[in-house]
Amino acid sequence: MKTGVLQFPGSCDEIDALQAVRRVGDAVLLWHRDRDLQDVDAIIVPGGFSYGDYLRVGAIARFSPVMESVLEFAADGGLVLGICNGFQVLCEAGLLPGALLPNTSLRFVSRQVELEVVTADTPFTSACSPGRRLSIPAKHTTGRFWAPEEQLDALEAGGQVVLRYAEGHCFNGSARNIAGVCNESGNVMGLMPHPEHAVDGLVGGSADGLKLLESMARTVGARVAA
Amino acid sequence: MSPPETAAAPGVDEAVALGLTRAEYALVCEKLGRAPNQVELAMFSLLWSEHCAYKHSRKLLRTLPTQGPAVLLGPGENAGAVDVGGRLACVFKVESHNHPSAVEPFQGAATGVGGILRDIFAVGARPVAVLDSLRFGEPSSARSRYLLDHAVTGISHYGNSVGVPTVGGEVYFEGPYETNCLVNVMALGLARKDRLIRSAAVGAGNMVVLFGASTGRDGIGGASVLASAELGAGDQDKRPTVQVGDPFAESKLLECSLELLERGLLVALQDLGAAGLTSSASEMAAKGGVGIDLDVARVPLREADMEPFEIMVSESQERMLCVCEPARLAAVLAVCEKWEVHGSAIGAVTGSGRMRVLRDGELVGDVPVAALVDDCPLYDLEPERPAVPPYPAPAGVLDARAPLHDTLLALLASPNLASRRPLFEQYDAIVGSRTVRRPEQADAAVLLLEDGAALAVSIDGNGRKVAADPYSGAVLAALECASNLACVGAEPLGTTNNLNFGNPEKPHIAWQLTAAVRGLGDACRALGAPIVGGNVSLYNEGAAGPIYPTPVVGMVGRLPDARAAAGAGFARDGDAWGLAGWNRMPSTAASELAKLRGEPVPDGLPAVDLAHCTAVLAAIRAAVRAGDLRSCHDVAEGGFLVALAEACLFGGRGARREAGAGGTAVPSDEILFGEDACGFIVSGERAALERLGERIPVDVFGTVGGAVLDLGAERWTLAELRAAHGALGALFP
Repeated sequence: MKTGVLQFPGSCDEIDALQAVRRVGDAVLLWHRDRDLQDVDAIIVPGGFSYGDYLRVGAIARFSPVMESVLEFAADGGLVLGICNGFQVLCEAGLLPGALLPNTSLRFVSRQVELEVVTADTPFTSACSPGRRLSIPAKHTTGRFWAPEEQLDALEAGGQVVLRYAEGHCFNGSARNIAGVCNESGNVMGLMPHPEHAVDGLVGGSADGLKLLESMARTVGARVAA
Repeated sequence: MSPPETAAAPGVDEAVALGLTRAEYALVCEKLGRAPNQVELAMFSLLWSEHCAYKHSRKLLRTLPTQGPAVLLGPGENAGAVDVGGRLACVFKVESHNHPSAVEPFQGAATGVGGILRDIFAVGARPVAVLDSLRFGEPSSARSRYLLDHAVTGISHYGNSVGVPTVGGEVYFEGPYETNCLVNVMALGLARKDRLIRSAAVGAGNMVVLFGASTGRDGIGGASVLASAELGAGDQDKRPTVQVGDPFAESKLLECSLELLERGLLVALQDLGAAGLTSSASEMAAKGGVGIDLDVARVPLREADMEPFEIMVSESQERMLCVCEPARLAAVLAVCEKWEVHGSAIGAVTGSGRMRVLRDGELVGDVPVAALVDDCPLYDLEPERPAVPPYPAPAGVLDARAPLHDTLLALLASPNLASRRPLFEQYDAIVGSRTVRRPEQADAAVLLLEDGAALAVSIDGNGRKVAADPYSGAVLAALECASNLACVGAEPLGTTNNLNFGNPEKPHIAWQLTAAVRGLGDACRALGAPIVGGNVSLYNEGAAGPIYPTPVVGMVGRLPDARAAAGAGFARDGDAWGLAGWNRMPSTAASELAKLRGEPVPDGLPAVDLAHCTAVLAAIRAAVRAGDLRSCHDVAEGGFLVALAEACLFGGRGARREAGAGGTAVPSDEILFGEDACGFIVSGERAALERLGERIPVDVFGTVGGAVLDLGAERWTLAELRAAHGALGALFP
């Protein structure tokens, strides 16, 4: 698997994501002004503060040249994972349902949280069993997942709720403790916690985040084989 | 050279209003051979301020140890640097932003982070960690809570957004900081040793390029009017002297600077900090022994009608100044364009030795560089020990007859000892994927290096101890850092410091400063931790008097294997635990217990046994590196029992004292709550602790496990300890 990690001015976690995904394959940085995706098999939209996020988080990044290519890539079924600010960008771009609102505390919170895998048959969680717990850090000010009630029902019914905060671990006030969702086709996923920061027990608190990246590599491998 | 036209030359009264003394103004006139015009006076008033010229501290600072085998860059550069092995250097420095934070805490603290980060990447290093050292009045005061909340949010906003982890720090709450809070920020960066760049401008004809944010009217006179004077009534009016930070601009500036250096396009690089262009350009010129011509008309402005003097002294944030060869100018500007930062060639290096300011080619200021940078008069301090420490006794909140059970809980819940989790959870501690030990996991922050070794870093400084005894207090601050490093198995490489004191023109402040610098120097010599950079912040006084004298010490060390770093919390049920290091009865003088009981700051502390401490540190370090200690936690404020309770809380495990261990007498306050340097709560295999006991004093007291801290005569559940320790949560609803 060759993964492209987007780099906006103000990205913070793009090098972490690059190094993390290199544990399961090749990876390159994709500059925000370039439309060329360099024949990658998957895209990671990383965390940080794209263009400073002074307007509304992710609101500017969705208009960048590279995102035009990402929209086409996703429409063709390519795997796109948005992490934290990347999740916000994908919601702004209309690739994912819902919106991210400021945490109920209105404060930045950085904490190792426990997640539960709700849907294991996605390209991002296929290496996990349903109900498996993942210990992954989360760190953000604007991570409260929100959608209208009927849409939340539809997301749950459609298997689009991929990850949920375990009981007592949702610090941001997300609707139904939702930590990560995917689109209807399942090839685009976003989550607020940072799997790229949980790929090595020495600096990540756990290596559970690697499960998501391994799932992606497995999916891409299967596609190539097919 | 004829003096530039001066429409309305300012006089001595204007000079005094800008912070110069009458004698200093006369000296400026003598150096110029005429009266300075407005531009020149503005430049002198800033560069000759205490903040820029260190005129009351420079002679003292010369006594500090600055040499050592690991030192690559010492004081004088934007930041110091030490060799961390392999091809890497660690660049680090601490700086204060006290008065801006006292006037406008959010922006004051945020720009404190921004300023120190620029010092790091100005040397060519990528910033990899931030630590902060904060002092506020008691949280019972609404003003203190406001300053705390906004300063923490400011650090969080800036540090998190710029993508540098905040990995550690400390905060104390004491009455003397009520109106004059302290915000000191330390940053570390990593660079290849062969890529460190200096700030000396060289090569007549080379271009001087300003890049980064545009220049506005924020921060005019910040270094002189705000930073080099006592706080007092009307400080709200000084808000325009506080700068406004933009972490997004900083992030782009950082990447732009590092790419310029990576591509070898620069001759010299310097950040713009206090006194803006004036300071940066003249210091670059002074270090290179050259002159610089600047045309203020080429400086990108936020407001079109700025006067030349305003452009020269503006402290607008997120700007850098570099020197490049003319042939590389186009490439430099292209990198600026890539990162969407303004880049503008605003002048040139000359052989004149003069700092010349032009506006559209017209000369508006012309002074010798040496006069600006080197000729500021240095003052001798007139130290005099006061008859009694000049600080009021703290309000007592704990009865001296309170039962032991309640005393421990009161200490754990006290603002200086309660868990810092509500603060550090507002900081991103992990971006960069180097953070091996997060806050409360170990006594020092531990950062992974590319070869599997690690850096350890700690920042400390207990002002109350320095108020009681400036010499010993400063020694204790350095030892506390070194103890924290020892807990993770790290050996000191170098030190940075921020001397936060009151008005040095007052004899008792001069005495504090003199004695503290002597203590700091002696301790750093004994520890082999030379001082490679730092900062001095004087005039920290408010209406109620001076702050506690607060030398803040930041120390960087190295451990050969990141995986060997011991945690602070008890790690395994069944391990033996004990106290290592102490060879005498600790004292409760100036301790947390004494403070809670409302005892006045004493006059003097017991002398510190530096030779014993360095031996203990070496033994602890060796034991941690050998894997003999499963946990190691330094006994600091609150003494033995507080450190023991913390080791339980951090590890989520109780501890039991075996019957008769440590004797059968009822332990005294001194034993339980006394504070002395270089004591450690350790745990591990009993045989390992006994082995350590062959080198240094070790008392094995019992075993780890369960959910109770049980001393036999007294017991606490982890739940009640945790509830007390969580007291600061109420400050951040």
